[in-house]
Amino acid sequence: MSVQEVQESTGSSRPSMRAMDTSLIQTKTSEPANNIFTVDNVDFFYGDKRALKSIDLEIAEKKATAFIGPSGCGKTTLLRCLNRMNDLVLNTKVTGEIRLNGKNIYDSSMDVINLRRRVGMIFQKWNPFPKSIYENIIYGLRIVGINNRAYLDEVVEKSLRRAALWEEVKDSLHKSAADLSGGQQQRLCIARALAVEPEVLLMDEPCSALDPISTAKIEELIHELKDTFTIVIVTHNMQQAARVSDYTAFFYLGELIEFGDTGKLFTAPEKRQTEDYITGRFG
Amino acid sequence: MQQPSPVEIEKSVATNKNRDKLFAVLGLVATFAGMLTLAALLVDLAVDGLARLQPHFFLSYPSRFAGQAGILSSWVGTILVMSVTAVAAIPVGVGAGIYLEEYARKNWFTAMIEINIANLAGVPSIVYGLMALGLFVYQFGFGQSVLSAGLTLALLILPIVIVATRESIRAVPGSMREAAYALGATKWQTTSDHVLPYSMGGILTGVIIGLSRAIGETAPLITIGALTFIAFLPDAPIKAEFPFISFDWIWSPYSVMPIQMFNWVSRPQAEFHLNAAATGLVLMVMTLAMNAFAIYFRYRFRKRIKW
Repeated sequence: MSVQEVQESTGSSRPSMRAMDTSLIQTKTSEPANNIFTVDNVDFFYGDKRALKSIDLEIAEKKATAFIGPSGCGKTTLLRCLNRMNDLVLNTKVTGEIRLNGKNIYDSSMDVINLRRRVGMIFQKWNPFPKSIYENIIYGLRIVGINNRAYLDEVVEKSLRRAALWEEVKDSLHKSAADLSGGQQQRLCIARALAVEPEVLLMDEPCSALDPISTAKIEELIHELKDTFTIVIVTHNMQQAARVSDYTAFFYLGELIEFGDTGKLFTAPEKRQTEDYITGRFG
Repeated sequence: MQQPSPVEIEKSVATNKNRDKLFAVLGLVATFAGMLTLAALLVDLAVDGLARLQPHFFLSYPSRFAGQAGILSSWVGTILVMSVTAVAAIPVGVGAGIYLEEYARKNWFTAMIEINIANLAGVPSIVYGLMALGLFVYQFGFGQSVLSAGLTLALLILPIVIVATRESIRAVPGSMREAAYALGATKWQTTSDHVLPYSMGGILTGVIIGLSRAIGETAPLITIGALTFIAFLPDAPIKAEFPFISFDWIWSPYSVMPIQMFNWVSRPQAEFHLNAAATGLVLMVMTLAMNAFAIYFRYRFRKRIKW
């Protein structure tokens, strides 16, 4: 028996309540089981500036979804909403709902710390801590009180293997992370994020400061990781979006212009703006 | 407008080059002005006071006879007062710095606090003395004790410690905080695991600069009643019997080196002036040693942290 039926049978619902509950039920039933994130009518404000305008979007589980668009289109802003990193930016406001497995992450009952452990993030500029490789990877475990050495060793190896870095660093685990090359540091950051076993991995232009060889390694990695994790990647590079993602969302001036299957979006875009952007006419 | 001829441009470039050289010379003179003054001061003190720096000078109490007088009670007093200052100023100053930089919301109220802290750093030290006389000596009943003196100097250097803490915390890249938060760290975990360790060198430097300012302060301590003649040491902090440690010394009357110096300078006998010069020398060496320590630590911390 649905909420609506209960209320009708008890006769206690007011019209406004009923309207609200109906919409709730509709969105729930229209949400396929394999969508991990549902972005529902999200607006984002930096002070008075509206950076995202009524965004509706669904992110499929264990797939790679790419956000593309010219600078300032809001793609990174939306990405940083998904693990509430934007909470750290002063004077910002979010309206609408972002649901992770059906639960609104902006609800007051949502524990942000927990959310960020479920939704990991890789940044544009790699940011390993100025500590050893080992210490970097176990940080996410240390802060929840995991100190068992054997277990930590295991996690370090597993995470580094997943990030395709193990062979390169297995003999220098206790050396400073700063001694690695840029591409290695970025893969270390990926390993560090994987060590806490997140469900989703957000990547904010992870290759924009890397050389082509390092970029190829990370793209290859994304292909492997999406069997286990859901990946959302923001990129400036359209070839990259086409290569690594299953779904692509094109943003322009804070609006979601087009969203769909990557193959279709790049070969037969529905909107004129999308076509102009992917063919390089602007942006 | 007519375009200047190549000859004119050449002339202008030559003038600019000469100005460049002129500034290099002026800058050198300015740099040496400070250095030479310091050197002259040290030499002057050394010429007068070096002969006095015998072991008995450090092991004797003040005396009516300049030749027998020493700085035992004042160097011990200085160390005890500085300990209280450090214990009070470091946690409070660093704590306030962390709070203002990492935790406080940025609004008109915190902006006002910020401006006032900057202003506090400029308040004349004797004003702190007057406030401490009313607050610590009389209101709290701490009397003319090591505790009153230490707390007064702690208040005096608090703005320095707060500002230094904030500056060095601000120098930690935001990407480090983001990395920690993205792994599910709380604000305190981010601060204690990353922000603080990475800014430790700068904070330590600020603390030491504050302490080396406090070590030479005279005016506020005269205001709150430091003694100029004291022929006994405070109660020892370490005891032979259980619990082996004692804090009775914080209630003891005290003298400190700048006050001893002030006292000797104001005597008419030239002999005492030599004692004052020797004390000044010790004070300067202590200050320079503290600064050297700060530089060493900053270097060590910077070397250890590679971004």
